[in-house]
This record gives sequence, structure tokens and C-alpha cells, in this order.
Amino acid sequence: MTTATVAAGSVPWWRRVTRPWIVAGILVAWVVLGTLLRGRDTMALATQDTTPLHNSLTDVRNWVDSHRATAPLFSGVLDTIRTGVGSLTSALQDLISQPSFDRPVPLIGWLGVVVLATFGAYALGNLRVAILTAAGFVAVGLLGLWQESMDTLALTVAAVLLSLVIGIPLGVYVALSPTAERLVTPVLDTMQAMPTLVYLAPLTLFFLIGPPAAVIATLIYAMPPVVRLTALGIRQVNAAALEASRSLGATRWQLLRTVQLPMAKRTIVVGINQTTMAAFSMVMIAALIAGPGLGQTVLQGLSALDVGRAFTAGLAIVILAIVLDRVTTAASERAETTYRAGVNEQTRRTRRLILAGGGALTAIALYLSYSYYWASTFPGPKRGGVIGFTVDDAVNSATDWARHTLHPVTDAITKVVTYGLINPLQALIAESPWYLVCAVVLALTWTLAGERSLIVASVCLALLLASGLWESSMVTLTSVLVATIIVVVVGVAVGVVLAHSPRVDTVIRPELDAAQVLPAFVYLVPFVGLFGPTRLTAIIAAVVFALPVVIKIVVDGIRAVPPATVEAGIASGSSRWQIITKVQLPQSRNALALGANQGLIYVLSVVVIGGLVGAGALGYLVVAGFSQSELFGKGLAAGAAIVVLGILLDRVTQAAARRAQDREHRLTKQRQRSKWGFQ
Amino acid sequence: MNFRRKWAAALAAALAGALALTACGSDIESSSSSASQAPCGTVNIAVNPWVGYEADAAVVAHVLETKLGCTVELKNLTEEVSWQGFASGTIDVILENWGHDDLKQKYIEQQNVAVEVGQTGNKGIIGWYVPPWLAEEYPDITEYKNLNKYAAQFKTTESGGKGQLLDGDPSYVTNDEALVKNLDLNFKVVYAGSENALIEAFRTAEEQRKFLIGYFYEPQWFLSEIPLVHVSLPAYSEGCDADPAAVACDYAPYDLDKIARKAFMESGSPAVTVIKNFSWTNDDQNAVAKDIADKMSYDDAAKKWVDAHPDQVAAWLATS
Repeated sequence: MTTATVAAGSVPWWRRVTRPWIVAGILVAWVVLGTLLRGRDTMALATQDTTPLHNSLTDVRNWVDSHRATAPLFSGVLDTIRTGVGSLTSALQDLISQPSFDRPVPLIGWLGVVVLATFGAYALGNLRVAILTAAGFVAVGLLGLWQESMDTLALTVAAVLLSLVIGIPLGVYVALSPTAERLVTPVLDTMQAMPTLVYLAPLTLFFLIGPPAAVIATLIYAMPPVVRLTALGIRQVNAAALEASRSLGATRWQLLRTVQLPMAKRTIVVGINQTTMAAFSMVMIAALIAGPGLGQTVLQGLSALDVGRAFTAGLAIVILAIVLDRVTTAASERAETTYRAGVNEQTRRTRRLILAGGGALTAIALYLSYSYYWASTFPGPKRGGVIGFTVDDAVNSATDWARHTLHPVTDAITKVVTYGLINPLQALIAESPWYLVCAVVLALTWTLAGERSLIVASVCLALLLASGLWESSMVTLTSVLVATIIVVVVGVAVGVVLAHSPRVDTVIRPELDAAQVLPAFVYLVPFVGLFGPTRLTAIIAAVVFALPVVIKIVVDGIRAVPPATVEAGIASGSSRWQIITKVQLPQSRNALALGANQGLIYVLSVVVIGGLVGAGALGYLVVAGFSQSELFGKGLAAGAAIVVLGILLDRVTQAAARRAQDREHRLTKQRQRSKWGFQ
Repeated sequence: MNFRRKWAAALAAALAGALALTACGSDIESSSSSASQAPCGTVNIAVNPWVGYEADAAVVAHVLETKLGCTVELKNLTEEVSWQGFASGTIDVILENWGHDDLKQKYIEQQNVAVEVGQTGNKGIIGWYVPPWLAEEYPDITEYKNLNKYAAQFKTTESGGKGQLLDGDPSYVTNDEALVKNLDLNFKVVYAGSENALIEAFRTAEEQRKFLIGYFYEPQWFLSEIPLVHVSLPAYSEGCDADPAAVACDYAPYDLDKIARKAFMESGSPAVTVIKNFSWTNDDQNAVAKDIADKMSYDDAAKKWVDAHPDQVAAWLATS
């Protein structure tokens, strides 16, 4: 008798039932019971109906509204913040985007901004990003979106400046104090995980609408990266370097200023890069609360179903985002090189000379753009610009063509996917009794993620029940699951292809970058045209939004598989397909799990926006709560339900992935051991 | 070394040349010195998401900019969010308000930050509509009582086995869910998301002779392209819509009106007169709205109408 069978024989029978079988059993039980009990205890609530909880939240809002002028918290603290943020923002707008100081134009016109930005890009980065900057800024001007772009830029700069002023010191504090870290980390998690649409309603409750509220909303979303990376940078500082300085008698402050901050500089700049990008992705959301800029144009395009207009504005957003990204990345690389090695004297002098000349040129450009119309207002018609309408029209005729010719196809796809997948799944999830769904979720959590995740899962389920929005949550969950399944399947397929052919990868990667920056709203417009106001439209928009991340993670995961392993496979005569399915994918299981997890979170954030185009459920309630006062409380509860749903899915999938990984570890070891046992 | 000096010299020459070029003074003057009447400043107009409102905003903005030299900021916002702008000072005027007695109570009476500035002259109707082919083929479909008979034909992928009632933007004034429930209709409300999505759906339904019933309203230029047929609901009577959950009657007829920020109205801006006097008919609005829907720019569409109606515009500008 071999050791393996001895081991198996000593295990009781129920131990031998493998996990996939348990999961299958749970699912079968769910389908059977769900069909029998269908439509019972679903806790459905009509859209206009509210629970006492919702009503009391609405009452809170009404109380705040009627005491806004008198309560010191509002008239004092919050109003001061609002005015402060507002004056910073309008100062920046006066500078580059809005008519100011009794002049019909801003202080710095287009020429000044272009030259200044180019010069700044050179000074902080290098010549390449400087050229990119100049080209990018001129391009948005040619699209006829100069003023909108500058408004967006002013808002983003205001939010980034405030994020840095608050975020960097906070990051330092977090790095130095474990207590602060324990307190701050969960707050940062929530700030990033909460779909941005969700906190608009509570935010406007305190800060009303307008540019200040838009900047504060952006700030909340954009600050976490710089806090985290500052803390990381400081913690990574070489212990030996610290010890050395300490032994020389440096005070804590000196240590921070002369050792920790300089050594962490590169990581902090990476944080600034991420904060800038996050801030930029909020452009759209800001438009919903009267933040000026490109978001307004996209919003107009959405309400007029004008794909061309939304696309042109989206293009401007992408261009500016790419410029900001490359410049801040170049800046972090410069921080790295200057820190690592002293540059030689000759290059430094040339550079200084160019900087001086560039500075002088910038001064002249600023003066010109202050004094002359031709240098102040971007040339070309105010609306449409030089090429804007051409792009608009091209995109519009393409989509019109697609809409008319593809209509039978998209109609068929909608029917197949909806009747074949979405509706049955929704019937199972949303029309089963709540106690059955809870039992299934807990059973699956236990099997896949382990006992410890049961607590999180139970709390989340209890909160969903308490929100009074159980049925809506389940409908949203269905859309999220369908979208995630599609994202993972397509993401892995595309990822495998890209990992295998670097040439395709170099062609596609810039598009992936661009797709990540493009606001999800822009996707919605053409898909509404193609698929109508359906849940599928929201699902497709979510898939497109989440795909780039998943693809990138999958490609990196497959690339990380040691070449030796692949070589061994090839040597043993495996086909290409076998290599992929038997070697590369199993080996990159961690990356796949991470990809699925990230895909899920991204999908969830867009499904909310689907509320704008007929996807209904929680997303619709959030949007309706934001725009109909009697549904305020319900919208707030719906927002909370989305967050809870996100936490539930995130924690359970993470735990399951970790567990699968550990088990894989154990299994490989066991297999190796038993193999040796045989020999 | 020599090379670098040459560079420096070239740079200096370039700088000197540029300075010489700029020495001839500025051509941008401050706007207050050039304007003949009282300075107008900036007027913030909310633009709610339907094209009829856009027409109002386009024409008023055009008049304010060209006749009074104001700077106009158009802000795309939903109805209720626009009202919040009165409290924060972000919005100066709402040009087409549909009812909203609760908001009037809150912002005009309680918070005292907004005032009513008269009617726009437009009559608003909200209701349920079907494409003309449907009303012709099934004449009794325009009675709400007969809708259940056809519910199965109105089914779509989104309506969960019931008939679909298509609504517009989630922010629009609507009682439709309550109506469906209280009138015992076997229908489900599905939100198209925007005015244009509604229009697109009605257009397709007429072209392809598909069943469709949806929320729509007048004034709307689209009704002149395809004359949708109104479906009758139980007649409206004063107060029958007081409890939103118990509504079982048609929508009230609206006299659309203008609301402005109190401080703005008291600011003495010349724009105040135009906003007070602005008034036109449904046909006027539809004409401009149609041009905007056909992708004419706000400015061009407004100019076209303003040039054709000089007397009316003069009346808006007259300080009585």
C-alpha cells in the first residue's frame, strides 16, 4: 500500500467530498429551493415607497436645510471651508479660464498657458514630455474646447494642491505613528472604494452645489494615493541610514527633513502622479454638481445622445490626462536620477541655460497672452473650434451608420443575453426569498473563503436587509456578477493573446491606458444608441471600463511565469494550447484572482452610472435620490447598500483567492512529497 | 565655450526682437470702460436636461450677451439640483420651472433665497403617449382602462414579463410608478435615461411599427415630426396629486414659470429686466428647440429667432 492511499483511507468520507462538489451542491439546492419559493419574501419595495429609515434620513436633510443659515456648524465651519476652497478655485479660473478683473478674457491666454506648461514640463521632466505637453494643449484648443479644458484644469489643480497640502503631512504622520495608521487606513479604503456618485448627495447637503463642492468631491477621491505612498516612501527609508543619522545626534525633525523626506521623494512623486490621475477622473462627477469644464460638455452630449460631442470632450479629457500622467511620471524619474547620481557639470550648465532662455520666453508669452486677443483667445470659432466639428460629425455619422445597420444584430444580442443569462440569474438572485439567498451566500463564503470571512459576510447581509433595499441590491448584484463574468472571460482571452505577442501589446497598450482615463459616462452614450436603455447597456459599459485593468493584470501575471517552466513544457512536447491552459494560466493564478477582484470593483463603480440609462435598481435610486428631494433618504440608503455590496464582494473574493493560493501551496508540497514517497 | 556664447547671443537677439514686437501696447481693454450702460457682469443660468429648456436658455443668453454685454454661464443641472444653486449662489435663474411647489415652499418661503419672476408663456402638459400608428390601428388603446388588454405586446427584455412604460430622465417630474400601481395596470416603469433616448425610442417604434407607450410632454418639437397620441388618464382635479404615493389621476396642466435668486434680482443688473420680461409661446420654443436638436449651435439657433422677432426682443429689453 502506498502512502497516498493510506492517507486517503484514514480520512472520514465527508472529508473526501471536494470543494467543487460542495459548491455545486449549494448551487443546485439554491436553484431547486429558489424555484419552489420563487417570489416569496423578496422584500421588494416600489420606487416611490420608502421605509422609516429612508424617511428619517430625508428628515435629517430637511433639518439641515432649514438650519443652514443659523446653526454655527454650517454658517461657521462648513461655510468657511466652502468659501476658502471656492476662492482658491476661482483664483485659478481667473488666471486661465474665466474672464476676470473686468477684462473679457482671463489673465493668461492660450499662448501663455501653452508656453508655461511646456516650460514647466521641461523643467520638471524632460524635452520629450515638453513636446507632448505643447502638442496636447494645442490639440484641445483645436478641438474647440480650450475654455472648458482650462476650467477642468483649474479645478483639478485646486483639488490636487489641497490633496498635497493635507495628504503629504498626513502620510508622514501615518508612517511615523502606528496608531494613526490603524485609524487612517480604513478611512482611506472607504474613500477610494465608495463609488463617487454615492457621496454626491451627502456632500451637497453640507457644501451645496458649485465649484467648491466639486473640488471637495474630487479631493475626497484623489487624496488617498498620496497619503499611502508618502507613508510607504518614508517607511521604506533604509534603516541603516536612519541609524547613522540618529547616532550623529539628529533630532526627529532633522531626521525627517534631511533623511526621510529626500529619500522618499520618488515614491511621494509617484503618489502625486496617482493623485493627479484620480482627480482628473472626477471631472465628470464634478459636472453633476455644477463643476465647470469638460464634464459639462460630456453631460450635454449624454442628454442629447450626441455621441460626437461627448466623444470630442472625452478625447480632450484623455489628451490632458495623458499629458499630466507623462509629465508627473517624468518628474518622478527625474527625482530618481538626480537623487541617485550627480549629473555631470556640462549637461547641468546647458540645462540651466535652456531653463533661463525658456523662462524668458515664457515671460514674453505670458505678457503677450495678457495683452493681445490673438494670444489670449484660442484661434478658431468659439464652438467646434478648428477641427472639433469635423471630429464630431465623423463620429456621429459612424455611430448613426452603426445604429442603423447593426440594429437587428444588437437587438438579437440584447434578447439572447437578457433572456438567456441576465433574467434567469436575476430570477434566482432577486426573486428567491431573502433567507435563502443569505443562507447560500454564507454557505459559499464558508466553503470558499473560510470561517473567518463569515463575520464580514453576515454583517454585510444584515446591513443590506436593514437598508430596506434588499431586492434592489440583489438586482444590482446580478448585473455586477454578469459583467464580472464577461470581464474575466474576455480579459483572460485578450490577456493571453497580448502576453504572447509583444508586438500586438505595444499597439494596444496605449489604447488601454486611454480607455482607463476616458470617463465611463462617455461609453454610455454610444451603447445607449446601440442597445437601448437596458441593463445590458450598463453591463457593457461596465465591461469596457473594467477590461483594461483586468487585461493588464493578466498580461503581467502570465509574463511573470518563469520562462524555464514554459521551456520545460515545450520540451516535453506540449501544444501551445496546453502550455497556456496547463502551465501559464495555473501558474498565474494569483494574478487572475487579483484581476477578478479588481474587475469586480471597477464593474461595481460603473453599474451605478447605469442607473442613468435604464439599468434601474440601486444605481437608479442613487441618481433619483440626488435629484428628487423626497427620495433623498432612500438614495442615501442605496448608496450605502452599494458600498456594503462592494465590501462583501471584495472581502469574500480576496479571502477565497488567498485560501486557494494557500491550498495550492500545500497541494504542491504534498504532491511532491508523495512523489518522493513512491520513489 | 564659443558654441555656448553664440547660443546666448542668439537667444538675447530673439528676446530683444520679441520685446520690440510687444512694445506697441495691448488690444484688450477692460470691459467696464467700453460698455455704455451699467455693467452687467456674469449671469448664471441653469440648463435642465430637455431641449425646450435649452431653447429658452439659448435665446435669453444670446440677448443678454449681444444686447447688454453680459457674460452668461450656462450650467447643465437637473431640476432640483438647480434650486440648490440659489442657496449657494451658483445659479441666478431657472428659466423653465415645472411646478415644484415643495421646492418653492423651501427656497422661497423658508430659506428666502429665491423669488418667482413670472410665467414664460409656455403651457406644459405631461402625460402618456403612443406612436400614431398604434393609435390608428388600435383606437381604444388611448384609454388607460384598455391598456391591460395590450400589456403583453408592450413587453420588453427589461419589463419583467409585464408591459413596459418608458420614462425619461430619472430627475423628471413623474408619478408614473404610483399611477401604474394605483390604476392596477400590468405595467412596469423603465427609465430611458434622457429626453433623446425617449425620442429615439418613439421614432423607432413609429418606423418599425412596434408597440411603445411612454412618458412625454409638451412643448416639444418632436411632436411636429411625429404627432404622438396622448393616452387619457383619470381626469385631473385640484389636489388629486397631493399624496405622491396615492396618485391615481392625470398630471396637472402647468403654467411654466421662471425662478431667480433673490440677491441677483436685487443686484440692479440690467439682465434682471430681460429675465422678468422674457415670455414666448410653445411654437416659438419649439422652433428654436428643433434647430438645436438638429445640432445648430445655441448661438446660431437663438440668433435666427431673435433676428426674426425684433419687436418681441425689444419688448423684453424695455424697462417699464
